[in-house]
Amino acid sequence: MKRRRAVLLVRIAVLAGLVLLLEICCRAGIIDPLTVIPPSDMVASMIEQVSSGELDEGIIQTFSTIALAFVLAVGLGTFGGVLLHRWSRLRDIVDPLLASYYSVPTFIFYPLLVALLGLGKAPLVSLGVLSAAPAVVIGTLSGLDGVSPVLLKLARVQRLGPARTLWWIVLPDALPRLFSGFKLALSYALIGVIAGEFILSGTGLGYSISYAYQSFDNRGMYGLMLFVLLVAVIANGILYVGEGRLARRRSTG
Amino acid sequence: MSETAGQDQSHVSLSGVVRNYEGPPVVHALGPIDLQIRCGEFFSVVGPSGCGKSTLLDVLSGLVRPSSGTVCFEGKELHGEVPEGVGVVFQEDSSMRWLNVRQNVAFGLRTSSLSKKEIAERVEHAIRFMGLVQFADHYPAQLSGGMRQRVCIARTLVLRPRLILLDEPFGALDQQTRLLMGDELLRLWRETGATVVLITHALDEAAMLSDRVGVMSARPGRFIDMVETGWPRDRDSRIVSDPNFGTLTARLWSSLRAESLKIMGRVA
Amino acid sequence: MSDLSIEDSSSKVVRARRTRAFDAALLTLLMLAVWQAIGVWTKGVAISPPSQTVAYLFDLLRTPMFWDHGAATMYAFLLAFLLSSLMGLLLGLIFGLHRFTGEVAEPILAGFYTIPKVTLYPVVLLLFGLGMSAKVAFGVMHGLVPMTLFTLGAVRGLSPVLIRTAKVLRLSPARTMLWVLLPACLPDVINGLRISFSLTMLGVLIGEMFSSQRGLGFLLVNGMAQHNVPLSTAVVLIIVVVSIATNTLMLRLGRLTSHRTN
Repeated sequence: MKRRRAVLLVRIAVLAGLVLLLEICCRAGIIDPLTVIPPSDMVASMIEQVSSGELDEGIIQTFSTIALAFVLAVGLGTFGGVLLHRWSRLRDIVDPLLASYYSVPTFIFYPLLVALLGLGKAPLVSLGVLSAAPAVVIGTLSGLDGVSPVLLKLARVQRLGPARTLWWIVLPDALPRLFSGFKLALSYALIGVIAGEFILSGTGLGYSISYAYQSFDNRGMYGLMLFVLLVAVIANGILYVGEGRLARRRSTG
Repeated sequence: MSETAGQDQSHVSLSGVVRNYEGPPVVHALGPIDLQIRCGEFFSVVGPSGCGKSTLLDVLSGLVRPSSGTVCFEGKELHGEVPEGVGVVFQEDSSMRWLNVRQNVAFGLRTSSLSKKEIAERVEHAIRFMGLVQFADHYPAQLSGGMRQRVCIARTLVLRPRLILLDEPFGALDQQTRLLMGDELLRLWRETGATVVLITHALDEAAMLSDRVGVMSARPGRFIDMVETGWPRDRDSRIVSDPNFGTLTARLWSSLRAESLKIMGRVA
Repeated sequence: MSDLSIEDSSSKVVRARRTRAFDAALLTLLMLAVWQAIGVWTKGVAISPPSQTVAYLFDLLRTPMFWDHGAATMYAFLLAFLLSSLMGLLLGLIFGLHRFTGEVAEPILAGFYTIPKVTLYPVVLLLFGLGMSAKVAFGVMHGLVPMTLFTLGAVRGLSPVLIRTAKVLRLSPARTMLWVLLPACLPDVINGLRISFSLTMLGVLIGEMFSSQRGLGFLLVNGMAQHNVPLSTAVVLIIVVVSIATNTLMLRLGRLTSHRTN
């Protein structure tokens, strides 16, 4: 327990130290203020923009898109994973595709999506789903694969039937691995949507950052960046902690 | 043979050795231990789980420094470094998955200054000795647990150690394989003339194989009994039919039983 | 369970392989058909159909202009990959071996992995200006962290008995690392290299899209801007083929080295 606290303290100290270093360098002029603004200014800018309500529209846009993409990805991915798990012939063909899927940069298809679906939410959601769904499929497959065979034997000895076996044995046993897939899906959906907005969109937080950059509004840009990064870190952090709790309760280590 | 051999007659000696683990809380794991092991002796250590048997082996090999007391090997004190001439076979499988059997066995000699010819000779001899000739080009992943342990023993053998330490080497094996491996170990001991220290939780194994058995108490581990077996040097696993075997095992268990019950939280 | 004669089981294997090849061919045809359908349906506005793309590609491969861009991308990529894999390997080794530092660093690295790095692009551009250094910086930005994390995991996953064996054999720290630790980690390190490879390429391509006048990423963006659909489709095709090919190659390589482990 003491060690964990020590690790946490050192980590906070390191991060705080880096931020402080950046602050000093910026204030002292070692870093050109036209390039990077001091962290305190970034925080101030972020608070200003958030509290003034000018970000509200962008926030709703971006987060609703991410949420939609995430939900669709989880739904489609879980369904796809279960399907592949049952139908091994299909799985054999699709496996090499899945293995190589994430080696291809998905964003290169984004302009194609825009051309197909027009500007607006649809291509962004599609991009998010395309980025996130395979992670869910892989996680679902890994989850279902990893169900301990001895537990399945137990289910048969206790004559549980397929539905109960699924609900009482398979899903609980597979849950940690499924959860890992969901965690990845959120982070990919988030990255995909914001990247899409940044590259080619008229609305949303990603677009706002790009616009601020192109208008030489450094202060506004950094404030926005900080906001988006904080949200990403917190959202992923929550899931990360959840995943850890799930794993710890089940492991003997 | 006298039990009170002097310092200069012993191969390894521990004097007032204590080993603590920093906490919090501070764990008094081992000792104080006073032990003299004679040259060429086959000495076994039995004790309840958690009593510090493995710590004892770490201290004997030099992997770990005692918190107090001294360890001497061949008259020289150890200072937290493994001295030349010591071989260790660990409880867990320490074979290297990325090398085949022959390369694993040869690994021990990579840092030696021997000629390639000599190395090859020693490697082949060890492989033959441990019955691995058929599997010399196989990888550990293709072998059973018992064979992997044989590979680890062969790897220790090529260095011609004068002191061989084994930490529950047959723990993961089934009883029949254990008995056969015990015979192998005796053969090895006789042919190399090395001093062997075997840590085991199996009383029959200790009684069957050793010249002398030390019984350790529950943590912090100290020796509560020393039993001389008096076996002839050319023994093997069939010694179980000797009437003394039963007496020995009974004596070991009577010393050990009370300690084991302590661990389980009950009174003897 | 009926006993299978040797002939039965080997013919089963052959049949299974034939089925798989047939299915794979079927899937490829299906994908090509869908591609063709989309191309035709959108009247070549978004994507050009396979036949047209391939024809354009052959012409494109004969122009020196293309190879100019290709070389630019390759040069930037190799530099970025070299940097991110070497630094990632070193950092991963340090973090994996020195437990405390590793525990402190890992969540920070994992956090960096999950943030939308696209939001940091303006910073990179501001710091490095436009051109080669920005491209390489993007590449390293994407490839360094996963390599570090994978190496860290590999080192941490090492069985402690290996290090104790090295100590008993009295190997020096350098030899312990070179003869024991690195070979034991190799499969995971290769995996890390594979992931880092694709991500570094992604970073370099994005860099070219934003900050360069040369390279395949630029060609892609340029093609879109000029409504030269066959060009952008051809570039996408090249990127997809190269990505999948190298990924498969590295998967095979990884499997080769880890066939010795269960």
